[in-house]
Amino acid sequence: MTLTQPMRVAALQGDEAVAEAVRQCDVDVVAAYPITPQTIIVEKLAEYVADGRFRGEFVPVESEHSALSACVGASATGARVFTATSSQGLAYMHEMLYNASGMRLPIVMAVANRALSAPLVLNADHGDMMGSRDSGWIQLYAENVEEIYDRTIQLFKLSEDPRVMLPSAINFEGFILSHDKERVRLLDDEPIRRFLGRPKPKHKIDPDAPLTFGAIATPDTYYEFRMQQTEAMKNVLHVFDEVEMEFEGFSGRRYGAVDAYNTDGADVVMVINGSAAGTMRAAARALNGSGEKVGVLAIKLYRPFPMEQVVSHLAQARAVVAMDRSLSPGAPSGPVSEDVKSALQLAGLTKPIMSVVYGIGGRDLSTDDGKNIFGMAKEGGTFGASTVMYGVKI
Amino acid sequence: MSWKQLEEGGVVKGGTSSSYIVSGWRVKRPVINEAKCTNCLICWIYCPEPAIVRHEGAKVTIDYDHCKGCGICETECPPKAITMVREP
Repeated sequence: MTLTQPMRVAALQGDEAVAEAVRQCDVDVVAAYPITPQTIIVEKLAEYVADGRFRGEFVPVESEHSALSACVGASATGARVFTATSSQGLAYMHEMLYNASGMRLPIVMAVANRALSAPLVLNADHGDMMGSRDSGWIQLYAENVEEIYDRTIQLFKLSEDPRVMLPSAINFEGFILSHDKERVRLLDDEPIRRFLGRPKPKHKIDPDAPLTFGAIATPDTYYEFRMQQTEAMKNVLHVFDEVEMEFEGFSGRRYGAVDAYNTDGADVVMVINGSAAGTMRAAARALNGSGEKVGVLAIKLYRPFPMEQVVSHLAQARAVVAMDRSLSPGAPSGPVSEDVKSALQLAGLTKPIMSVVYGIGGRDLSTDDGKNIFGMAKEGGTFGASTVMYGVKI
Repeated sequence: MSWKQLEEGGVVKGGTSSSYIVSGWRVKRPVINEAKCTNCLICWIYCPEPAIVRHEGAKVTIDYDHCKGCGICETECPPKAITMVREP
């Protein structure tokens, strides 16, 4: 890989990396409200504006509902728009999430994932975004700070593609990634701006040619509008590959919709999303070093769900472990596990699946925990039974 | 209409409400007593729809096709020249 430029290397927290990416992406409007653990993003962007390093409009709104409302209005004018939130903030945006996707506005949002109240907790799980899973937003999960940075840039390109025109969210666990300082190879502004171009929406608000966005529908048309969204979401799967390929061309970095470690010929494959994927890979590597045959499939692109790729990486496994960092009380299992089961069933594959919940409210998951979970799968005692609530104190 | 034919995101051009007849929504209709009307245009300002029509050299009239019968004009009219009358 020949790189078109030398890299600047910086030690950045996940939140700082998002702010830097937003500054570089030539964003026109940011409307956001601070909430732990996303606050640093908003602080940094406000600082950039004050220092004259960011030319976009920063709208300091009074709530998250207003933040996304302002984003919806700004995006309808054809501007490039960004917001960020966490937990209760995302919950407060819930209504507007559907307006953004329904009006087909390519807003990009960073979500520093945090568990929901009550009881109030500041630490991570995926419960906030999983609660908005069906809102019609593209949903990506990152594993490390450099990936957060890269994905933020990629999402503008993906969302603004005329075949897509859907809002998107880059998810990364609060504190674990939002406040973790890691080595990031920063890219230069110029190739990023060449990669992104400027948004070219088919429709935009213009006082000289008035349009109505999000007009009322009837039972005669609403279903058809939602069908358009559903088809656009399907288009994401191949547009995502194009975006990744083009991004790799100037950055040398590519992640895929899924990341497969040792899934070929593995006895047990664990499916997981978010930062714990790396921890589980380390656990798998250690086990494989002592003669086991285990693999890890990290889901990067969660919506749309890359069914074909998931199935192809699980096809040879004797058993599957599906890991969820969120709770769905009363459901057969967590949302990731449900998706894995559906994908396998639709492909005509029947396999023993162990559904595991972990990391709720920021509970740590170590490599030893990973080894334990693979060990449980090997023993085979929990397949088909109720979801394993891993690490809960009993 | 097929989902492929509908405009993405439900975007519609402005001015479409003028072709939408809402007269069937009314229970009561506003009636102007022309003798009392001072043509102050308060009703025209307050009417949430384009149902009060101004005229050069003549007093306002009501476009009943676009009047939903809300009665705001009756409440706001300073000389009490507008009365809401039950539709037959």
